[in-house]
Amino acid sequence: MVGLMIGCVVLAVLPLLLILGSLIIRGAGSLSVAFFTRPPVPAGETGGGVVHAIVGTLMIVGAASLIGIPLGIGAGIFCAEYPHNRVSWISRFVADVMNGTPSIVVGVFAWTWIVARQKHFSGLAGSAALAMLMVPMVMRTTEEMIKLVPNSLREAALALGYPRWRTSLSIIVRTSLPGIVTGSLLAVARVAGETAPLLFTALGSQYVSFNINQPMAALPLAVFTYATGPYEEWHRNAWATALVLIIVVLVLSVGARVATRRRFQLNG
Amino acid sequence: MAEAAVRVRTENLSAVYGKFTAVRGVSLGFTSNQVHALIGPSGCGKSTFLRTLNRMHELSEGGWISGKVLLDGEDIYAPQVSAMKLRRRVGMVFQRPTPFPTMSIFDNVAAGLRVNGHRSRGKIKEIVERSLRQAALWDEVKDRLGDSAMALSGGQQQRLCVARTIAPAPEVVLLDEPTASLDPQGTQRIEELLFELKKEFTIVIVTHNMQQAARVSDTTSFFYLGRMVETGPTRQMFTTPQQEQTEAYITGRFG
Repeated sequence: MVGLMIGCVVLAVLPLLLILGSLIIRGAGSLSVAFFTRPPVPAGETGGGVVHAIVGTLMIVGAASLIGIPLGIGAGIFCAEYPHNRVSWISRFVADVMNGTPSIVVGVFAWTWIVARQKHFSGLAGSAALAMLMVPMVMRTTEEMIKLVPNSLREAALALGYPRWRTSLSIIVRTSLPGIVTGSLLAVARVAGETAPLLFTALGSQYVSFNINQPMAALPLAVFTYATGPYEEWHRNAWATALVLIIVVLVLSVGARVATRRRFQLNG
Repeated sequence: MAEAAVRVRTENLSAVYGKFTAVRGVSLGFTSNQVHALIGPSGCGKSTFLRTLNRMHELSEGGWISGKVLLDGEDIYAPQVSAMKLRRRVGMVFQRPTPFPTMSIFDNVAAGLRVNGHRSRGKIKEIVERSLRQAALWDEVKDRLGDSAMALSGGQQQRLCVARTIAPAPEVVLLDEPTASLDPQGTQRIEELLFELKKEFTIVIVTHNMQQAARVSDTTSFFYLGRMVETGPTRQMFTTPQQEQTEAYITGRFG
């Protein structure tokens, strides 16, 4: 029985190790300082980089976080503070449905409502699509984290004469803040790797651009473009870009773990 | 000694949770500078009664009252009374220690002061020290006021909660089974504390421990099935109770 379990664990971890391994084997060779600092070069030449995609991902995901995290946290606080309110019931249900929605559907939605109306692709449309994916994730983790705070703490604050809003913010939310930060970082890590919603919105670009109102490159889009392109050099770039992307996601996830560990020290 | 004044009085007070009536028609008075114990078996309504005195009961699902609670003759359930401001005058210590986990020891005690609008740092520092001394905790924490309150033992945490409750200088202090989660040593320290605190405050303590009521209180009220069966000087309650139910309870025949 134990052997079976160990077999399951190995089977579960194996794909991850294989992915990481092949990324490192095939991608690490193409990594260089230039890869992080230089824009791409025309097909056929060698030596270009993916700085356009790094800048694009930072800006698109950054803007998405600015929209999605405050909205998600605000909604989460509301749902936790008024658990039986009808608005809470509805938004909780909608968030759960949204969490299960394929991200490409969100991309099509953003295309219809933003790109088609503005009549051009833009990084900001991509941010809006990613924010739509983040809100339900952040909202649900915020709510769960707040619900973990014992009710006795709320009562203690109220019995001291704390107004209700101050109890919520400076006692309840403050106590669950490490968990909320973790949830938000995981949401950022999750959307940083999303490709489908960006295909119809940010579109991708071969140039370094800081104008979020224009089509923009992003790491997942660059992987997609390079991997489906016809050139050997592009395929090597695809591996290296994928490695960069997975490093970004890993750093965010590990950051989230570190924040979580501090929280446990606090309570223990 | 000056004649003791009745600070808190309830008149025909009933408390409900939705359709369930937990307290039925209780009229009681609490005089200042005394410790009042509320005893009775589990579910007798003593805790609910206590929570009506600082309007914590109404925070429970479906919680509301009928009858009156008067603090210095003033109806605390009158529409113009703010529950928030009332709770600054009637402090409460809970069954389990509830220090704010993200705050330091100092900030925990200062929390009630800051929310009351105290701004002067020197003044806050002075009150925090005085409150910690009154709660018999100062000597143990004076060198680590900046540490997390979670680093303290259970008994210390509970004394910290006492310090936090008395820091904003309430007039009445309610204690809801404050030693239920403490070891005998922690219990003893809280009990000793009550003798000091009653010099300054009106104290009402709920306890399921009759020996504790006998040790610390000046008057005792016995609750059973939501009604206040009997009230009187503690010694008399424990030696010559007037009601048969009281006698049955204190002699351990039920409860």
